Amino acid sequence: MTRLSKLFNSDKKLLSVYFTAGFPAVGDTVKIITELEKNGVDFIEIGLPFSDPLADGPVIQHSSTAAIENGMTARLLFEQLSGIRTSVKIPLLIMGYFNSILQFGVENFVRKCAEVGINGLIIPDLPFEIYASDYRDIFEKYGLSMVFLVTPQTSDARIRQIDSLSTSFIYLVSSATITGNSSDFGKAQDDYFRRISNLKLKSPCVTGFGIHDKNTFTAATKFTSGAIVGSAFIRYLEKSSIDSIDRFVQQFH
Amino acid sequence: MKYTVDENGFYGDFGGAFIPEMLHRNVAELREKYLEIYASDQFQSQFGNLLHDYAGRPTPLYFASRLSKKNGAKIYLKREDLCHTGSHKINNAIGQILLARHLGKTRIIAETGAGQHGVATATVCALMGLKCIVYMGEIDMKRQAPNVARMKMLGAEVRAAVSGSKTLKDATNEAIRDWISNPEDTYYMIGSVVGPHPYPDLVAKFQSVISEETRKQLSEKENRENPDYVIACVGGGSNAAGAFYHYLDEPQVKLIAVEAAGKGVDSGESAATSILGKPGIIHGSKTLLMQTEDGQIVEPYSISAGLDYPGIGPLHAHLFASGRAEFLSATDDEAMKAGLELCRLEGIIPAIESAHALAALEKMRFSADDVVVVCLSGRGDKDLATYIEYFKI
Repeated sequence: MTRLSKLFNSDKKLLSVYFTAGFPAVGDTVKIITELEKNGVDFIEIGLPFSDPLADGPVIQHSSTAAIENGMTARLLFEQLSGIRTSVKIPLLIMGYFNSILQFGVENFVRKCAEVGINGLIIPDLPFEIYASDYRDIFEKYGLSMVFLVTPQTSDARIRQIDSLSTSFIYLVSSATITGNSSDFGKAQDDYFRRISNLKLKSPCVTGFGIHDKNTFTAATKFTSGAIVGSAFIRYLEKSSIDSIDRFVQQFH
Repeated sequence: MKYTVDENGFYGDFGGAFIPEMLHRNVAELREKYLEIYASDQFQSQFGNLLHDYAGRPTPLYFASRLSKKNGAKIYLKREDLCHTGSHKINNAIGQILLARHLGKTRIIAETGAGQHGVATATVCALMGLKCIVYMGEIDMKRQAPNVARMKMLGAEVRAAVSGSKTLKDATNEAIRDWISNPEDTYYMIGSVVGPHPYPDLVAKFQSVISEETRKQLSEKENRENPDYVIACVGGGSNAAGAFYHYLDEPQVKLIAVEAAGKGVDSGESAATSILGKPGIIHGSKTLLMQTEDGQIVEPYSISAGLDYPGIGPLHAHLFASGRAEFLSATDDEAMKAGLELCRLEGIIPAIESAHALAALEKMRFSADDVVVVCLSGRGDKDLATYIEYFKI
């Protein structure tokens, strides 16, 4: 059983945190991962910065631009992660846009992920149809999970197709939005989470986009296995030292 | 070789729809319905009437005698600059606003670089009484202030894109983010043959009226439908797609695409994508793209705000890779000189974008009886400030 699937065996509402590799400083990657694990985060999304992140709001656009200016690249990220599995036990995913991976070479990228101990990838702009026809074999060869997004506009039939292709979890986008939306969740989200829950999918769901405090975390996980906090963490890092990550994580426990 | 789009949305190795799931439903709806709507009698009649009565089509195919004499060939200008709103962009805007109406959408968003597509979008939204929001790079808003004012007069809201290079690429990112956040009532009216399938195909179809008319007009004037050359500038490539469209499968017609070399192809300040780009993904499409080794999209440069796009439409990437079209480039200086030359020889002030196509004439060798069609995609009124500054007029 993989690190990722083991995680979903418990009833605990899982907390996942996203950060942009190379931000605030280019050398912070391992330290941030270590701090997040130490403070009880269940799994981590490492963002590979891209110049034109279509699904991201201003906060992650900014951290991405800063990270690129700091010199972060896929190659450097893999170097930084090369010893990570000697200490870090929780599942690690990389979230990146497809062009970065295409330029690295898809198979090269997936192989490097497997070598350093990455468990899965989230590539928002790689539709599952293209994944299934062109890249699935590569992911299976290296034992890497591909995580697909589902949104309130995704039809039930399409969700079932996504479910059948998923090998770890489904990433439930909370509403029609880019990342970093700070409105609270209302009835629309509740109905949507309930609708997904009623589909009785084989894959567990984790909610993301717009999770920024305890309230949104609780609402987001009422019908799902966990939630991902991204922009709120980046905003915190903009103001606070990476030595005080504990204070950020505590609010979700 | 097939040059039009295949059933999966690809032109050879290029194209497709590399979009986040948030856009899937809207893009799929468009893909499933656009051909049927486009082919319907109702659409064709509305589209044809508006092109004729509102946009002022057909545009003349003008024999430029003094320009011909200078270049030693028979040069015709396809006068898209005479369209309502001042460029070919209105052709696509009319087509897409009808499409949006058929789809029941009430809120229109668009990106714009030079402002020509923004003005065309604002115009057709006013015509149809639909809400219009245009994203424009903050830097372009300064370069093309008169077009910002025109859009506002036409009732559109112009939103500044302040991310990245603050130009066309970033305006497109912002428009896509808006569409993600407003999936129910909003139609994204893309201005060039770029973006996810089916946009490159539908924009090319709406612009194909350019070559459709050219064929008829050439048979009247030259007793032949096919010229020896068609020359058009390429940023994203919509006027080129329209000017080439009906000649794609006529191999004797040489297609010449002219990119903006900026300060020189190797200067680091250029927008010559076919030379400087590699296959990559931009705005949902796999195409040739200016990027770093690590896949970060590079900021292009051109004196012309309509040509500084870091990619090209996937159709053009395919025409380049297959060798069907020849790609040339013109520097800022060459384009500006060619623009002024057209003023002096023919009494026509061209858009700086179109001046790039004219600049290619000097780089080519013609026989005296060669028939050459240059797509004069837009008029230069919007560029007066740039012309004045450049030539110290």
